[in-house]
Amino acid sequence: MFEVISELSRWAIPVLLLVVPLVAFLRGIKVYETFVDGAEAGFATAVKTIPYLVAMIVAISIFRASGAMDVLVATLSPFLNAVGLPAEVLPHAVMRPLSGGAALGIAADIIKTHGPDSFLGRLVSTMQGSCDTTFYVLTLYFGSVGIKKYRYSIISGLMADLTTLAASVFVVRSLF
Amino acid sequence: MVNYVWLFMIVFGIIVAGAKGDIEVVTRAALDGADSAVKISISLIAIITFWLGIMKLAEKAGLVRALAWLVRPVMTFLFPSVPRDHPAMGAIVMNLSANILGLGNAATPMGLIAMRELQKLNHGRDSASEAMCTFLALNTSCVTLIPTTVIGIRVLYGSADPTEIVGPTIIATAFSMAVAIAVDRLLRMLYAGGRRQA
Repeated sequence: MFEVISELSRWAIPVLLLVVPLVAFLRGIKVYETFVDGAEAGFATAVKTIPYLVAMIVAISIFRASGAMDVLVATLSPFLNAVGLPAEVLPHAVMRPLSGGAALGIAADIIKTHGPDSFLGRLVSTMQGSCDTTFYVLTLYFGSVGIKKYRYSIISGLMADLTTLAASVFVVRSLF
Repeated sequence: MVNYVWLFMIVFGIIVAGAKGDIEVVTRAALDGADSAVKISISLIAIITFWLGIMKLAEKAGLVRALAWLVRPVMTFLFPSVPRDHPAMGAIVMNLSANILGLGNAATPMGLIAMRELQKLNHGRDSASEAMCTFLALNTSCVTLIPTTVIGIRVLYGSADPTEIVGPTIIATAFSMAVAIAVDRLLRMLYAGGRRQA
C-alpha cells in the first residue's frame, strides 16, 4: 500500500505532463500557443495574494512573537487536559491552523524530547500529518480571487481541525 | 469572523508584548511577517504560471471535463450550485487528488485555478460563495496520504517504525473530512436564510 502510493506520487506529474499536451495535440489544438495563453494569468494571480497574505501573516507573527500565543495556550490548557488532550501537544494544536512551519518545529521538538515511538511522539506525528494550515489556505485561496468576506468558512475549517485533534488522540490511544 | 480573529491576534499580541516590557518585538514581528508573506506570493508565480498553462491545455483538450464527468455523482452532491460540466469541477478534483498524493507544488496552483472558476460563477463578488466554502472545507480537511515530512523527522530521531503513523493519520483525516462536510452543510443552511444562492 505504502509503496504503491509513493510510486503513484512519483509518476503522477510526469504522466500528466505527457498525456495532457499529447491529447491536446491529437485533438488539433495549437499546444504552445494555448499553454502561453493560459499561463499569462500566472503573475497577476500570484501578486494578487500579496495584500491578503501580508495582513494574515503579520497578525500571526505578532501573535506568536509577543508571547500572546503562550498566554492563550496556558489559559486553554486546563480545559483541554480535562477532555484528555495532553498539555504537551497543546502549543502544536493551537499553532497548526496558523503556521505550518512553526507547527512542524513544535512537532519536531516533541518528537525529539519524548521519542518518536512514545505516545506523545505518535500523537503529534498524527496531528501534524492529518491537519492543514487552515488560515494560510483560506487567506491564499480567497485572496487570489479577491474574496474579502469569508462567511462561515473559518468556522467549518476550525471545526475540522478540532475534530482532527480529538480523532488523533482517540485513534493513537486505541491503536497503540 | 475573520475581522475578529485578525484584530484579536494583533491587539492581544501588542498588549502581551507591552505587559512583558518587550514591545520592540512587535515591530520586528510585523516586518518579518510582511517579508515572509511577500516571499510566499512571489514564489508562487512560477508554479502558478506553469500549471495555468498546463490546465488551459487540459481544458481545451476536454480532459478537465472528462475528469469532472468521472466523479460527477460525488461532485454534484457536494457542489449542488456548480453546473455539472463546469471546468471548476475538474479543477477541484485535480486539487484534491494532488493534495492526497502529497504533490504540494501542483495542489496549490490547481486550487487557485478552481477558485478562479468558482469566482466566475460568483460573478466576481467579494463575498465567498457556498461552493467556495465547501471547496475550502474539503481542501483543509483532506490531506496527504503519506506525510513525508513527519516521517522524515521520525526517521531522524530513530523511530523503530517511522511509517506506523500513516494509518492513524488517514483515520483522523477521514473523521475530520466527514465533520467538515457536515458542518459546511449545516452552516450553509443556517446562513442561507434569506440570503443569495451561489
